[in-house]
Amino acid sequence: MKAKTMGKRRIRWKKVIPIYIMLLPAMLYFLINNYLPMYGITIAFRKLDYSVGILNSPFNGLENFKFLFASGNLGPVVRNTLLYNIAFMIIGTVLPITVAILFNEIRSVLAQRFYQTVILVPYLMSMVIVSYLVFAFLSADTGFINKSIVEPLTGNSISFYQEKIFWPFILVFVNEWKSIGFGMVLYMSTILGISTEYYEAAKVDGATKWQQIRYVTLPQLKPTIITMTVLSISKICASDFGLFYQVPKNSGTLYSVTQTIDTYVYNALMNQNNIAMSSAASVLQAIIGFVLVIVCNAVIRKVSKENAIF
Amino acid sequence: MNGVRSKQEKVFAAVAHVVLSILTILAIAPFWLMISGSLTDNETLTKFGYQFWPKVFSLEAYQYIGREWAQIGNAYLITIFVTVVGTVLSLILVSLTGYALSQRDVPGLNAVFVLILITMLFNGGVVSSYIIYTNVVNVKNTIWALIMPNLLLNGFNVVLVRNYMRNSIPKELQEAAEIDGAGPFYIYLKIILPLSKPILATVGLLTAVGYWNDWTNGLYYVTDSKLYTVQLLLNQMNSNVQYMASHSDIQMATQNIPSVSVRMAIAVIGILPILVAYPFFQKYFEKGITMGAVKG
Repeated sequence: MKAKTMGKRRIRWKKVIPIYIMLLPAMLYFLINNYLPMYGITIAFRKLDYSVGILNSPFNGLENFKFLFASGNLGPVVRNTLLYNIAFMIIGTVLPITVAILFNEIRSVLAQRFYQTVILVPYLMSMVIVSYLVFAFLSADTGFINKSIVEPLTGNSISFYQEKIFWPFILVFVNEWKSIGFGMVLYMSTILGISTEYYEAAKVDGATKWQQIRYVTLPQLKPTIITMTVLSISKICASDFGLFYQVPKNSGTLYSVTQTIDTYVYNALMNQNNIAMSSAASVLQAIIGFVLVIVCNAVIRKVSKENAIF
Repeated sequence: MNGVRSKQEKVFAAVAHVVLSILTILAIAPFWLMISGSLTDNETLTKFGYQFWPKVFSLEAYQYIGREWAQIGNAYLITIFVTVVGTVLSLILVSLTGYALSQRDVPGLNAVFVLILITMLFNGGVVSSYIIYTNVVNVKNTIWALIMPNLLLNGFNVVLVRNYMRNSIPKELQEAAEIDGAGPFYIYLKIILPLSKPILATVGLLTAVGYWNDWTNGLYYVTDSKLYTVQLLLNQMNSNVQYMASHSDIQMATQNIPSVSVRMAIAVIGILPILVAYPFFQKYFEKGITMGAVKG
């Protein structure tokens, strides 16, 4: 209230103008990086005519979208995006929480530091590096799994980069391998915040370890779990481009099980130069994403207000 | 009872050690395999595949990198340049904006804040960004292509820094300076910046790791190999190998494709700086995760 009345009293230009100048560079950046692309959404509703430029091409309504739906590519791509995200969501909640709870049982601070340091390392790596690591295991000619396990046992080798059935498991595994440290640190910070009095009270009442986890730890984690889940739901149409592009090495034979909206858009744009279709798909993704963020944020506000984004 | 651990607690601790040891091994093993591969003689590697211990030890891959340092060294320099310049610019932008938005007596800041929030909620998608950065603000095949798109500034960091400056720095400090006649730029430089070190360290670190690891900007906007970063070079080698595999009838100059051990060696020197620096910035990195600054 005080700030408001002060502001109304008089505007001190000697302060206000420098403050506005300070905002200028960032606002210019947001204009170029965020607001111009928002205008660029209109590309999805235009018939491309390079003679007048992409951004001045005439409008053609929903033609591009009709074309996109008629192409028949969208079905598997959307299915992959949703199913992978659901799998990531479930495993990415259960596993890190289990590990965080176990981690909390370790009394040695030195051991804790060691485990946490090492388990977080994969999270620091770029997906290009991850794809090299995966290749060292899966390569048909030189991969560790083929050369040291499959070939000695069966005499044959598996062409992982040609075989679809493995990839849902590989991608889920790689994703969890990379992100488990992140989830662990996140849930650990909540567990560390739980007052020890709860546990002492439970012990006095004769609660076993299981009961302590069931009736103290898990309920205290609930707000974090809900926030993280709602956040994942709001991003259910988005996928980690790096994971789905780099790790399967953009292998065409695997597309039906590895292609998500993001890799589909990339391939349509950069390899087929199909701006009409890729912009339609990308705009569809952006709009659904926006609606989901709004809905999910409303849900978070209801559950735990301090975790809401706005 | 105090200090005495029940049998059940001991069992839990034992299980915890087992599970975390397995996870530790899983986290290290791939890197071990990669480093071992880079130290293996190329012929042995082609014959026996990647092994956890080199059957025939060889530094050939690293000697190759030494000989080809012109290209790889250039990629390294570009990576360092982009990381340093990008992070410094980003910190200047984020601290200036955060400071400006943390003011309580300047009209219009709420509107600016809303404009920034909108960028966090809605985006035009990859294709519109690509069209803008190639047609309106053309960054294609310039160093800016690696610095500007998406990585330089995001609304989330602005909000984090602004909240820190507003809530963790006593506003009396600024008020006293203002009474003494100090202007906003002076206060920003002499009072706010030094006191914002913790938050700027966290935000700057995450930005730096983001730049070091980035390859998507290059994938979209860079075709000139002089501008390749280490990550882009690794990505490009991947694509070349795949191209070779799918066009086996074409006799390309095979010596342009580095051998399997060399590719692993380049990957090793690509991650080395991060691994070396990691213990020093781990604290900030973990803080970033719990603040929600690292997007999961």
